[in-house]
Amino acid sequence: MEQEKLSFEAAMQRLDGIVKRLERGDVALEESLSLFEEGSRLLASCNQMLDAAEQKVIMLKKGSDGAPVELPFDTEEI
Amino acid sequence: MEQTTLTVAELNARIKGLIDADPMLGNVCVKGELSNYKVYPSGHHYFTLKDAESSLRCVMFRSSASKLRFRPESGMGVTAVGRVSVFPRDGAYQLYCTNLIPSGMGDLYVAYEQLKARLMQEGLFDREHKRPLPQYPARIAVITSSAGAAVRDIIRVLGKRWPASEVVLLPVRVQGAEAPAEIVGAIRYANRYHVADLIITGRGGGSIEDLWAFNDERVARAIYDSQLPVISAVGHEPDVTISDFVADLRAATPSNAAELAVPNEADIREMLRSYEIRMSQAMRKQLADRRARLEDLAGRKALTSPIAYLDLKRVELDFVRNRLASASDAYLSAHKHAFAKTAVALDAMSPLKVLARGYSVATGQDGAVIKSAQDVSVGDPVRLQLASGALRCVVESKEENHGTRETVL
Repeated sequence: MEQEKLSFEAAMQRLDGIVKRLERGDVALEESLSLFEEGSRLLASCNQMLDAAEQKVIMLKKGSDGAPVELPFDTEEI
Repeated sequence: MEQTTLTVAELNARIKGLIDADPMLGNVCVKGELSNYKVYPSGHHYFTLKDAESSLRCVMFRSSASKLRFRPESGMGVTAVGRVSVFPRDGAYQLYCTNLIPSGMGDLYVAYEQLKARLMQEGLFDREHKRPLPQYPARIAVITSSAGAAVRDIIRVLGKRWPASEVVLLPVRVQGAEAPAEIVGAIRYANRYHVADLIITGRGGGSIEDLWAFNDERVARAIYDSQLPVISAVGHEPDVTISDFVADLRAATPSNAAELAVPNEADIREMLRSYEIRMSQAMRKQLADRRARLEDLAGRKALTSPIAYLDLKRVELDFVRNRLASASDAYLSAHKHAFAKTAVALDAMSPLKVLARGYSVATGQDGAVIKSAQDVSVGDPVRLQLASGALRCVVESKEENHGTRETVL
């Protein structure tokens, strides 16, 4: 699904837009149904993103070519 | 030369305009000794700053005076920070003081105030330059010491509030002579490789010397130049560094920076729930509206019962048919009368009736009625139609024009 590729921010923005349009009530039935479906999919994927979220902490080190190299950062003591 | 006469107010306003337009006078540090120091009941402080040769009237309003960390007294050597302007009522200029630094406090305070004044004048603190923070940063660069309490606090709070964001630590020294260059390097590096959507830089509390890297002009300029939004988080609540002024957002502490950087997951879950409810409600309302419209339509006869509709039409048809029938009856009866009269008249004129009265009709060989003696010749056969039967005759003679007789002989 293309929705999965949206960033959380974009998904929230789209959701906000969908809710507002549906609340204005000036869309044809067919369109509201498809908006509703899109909104439901977005809700599901946002909730899923939150469910799956697990904090990741990395430490960046400058590589020999200058590009960043990712190293694990120990957060056990936190 | 034309002499202009001004009112006193006009002159003072002109002088005030000149002084207010001078950028140097808008932000100055003045060294001197406090004298005649008075705190008014309003909370404003009034004093004179003087040295061996000269004196300057000063006022410090309550909002600034309340932030002083010492009690100023007459005789104290200080550096006063503020702007010079004219008080038009008295025609006197004075220093509107925003901070007082006791001389004994060392040069760092003075250097801080001077740098702050200079950068402010240059526009590094301007509101318009502040970048908005991303609402849901996916990656957050943390530029601080990897060993301090600050990094732990930031990671802990970020993880608690918004675990969806990834923390990218760029470890730097935050105190000592090397610190400013390292912080600057990390800010530039984060921008060059776009390692995150947002930068948090800072450190935990300490003495003014410990926090000094964040009062460094190079650090201030790196923050100003950063394309990624920067949250500055230095020390504890009352510590305000130059970095705090330049940053897009100032956090009171490192933990506070983490709170400002990300939303709270619980709030966002709540928001998602409310979207869900609003969406369903909007949908339900729309469907209800449509159903109501449908019912309104359905309420019309033709749709509720086709049979009833047909019945109705049938009655209407019957009515029309009835009217048609009675109309044609009326027409017929009206015309029947006329017809009867015509029929009687026709009957009276019937040749049969004439024949019955004793007349007869003569017709020639061609069957045409003979109306004149000239129509026949002597010897012609003639047929006479009587009321009953017919006679076949031959013309013996003719009597033309009433009485003129013509015979065969």
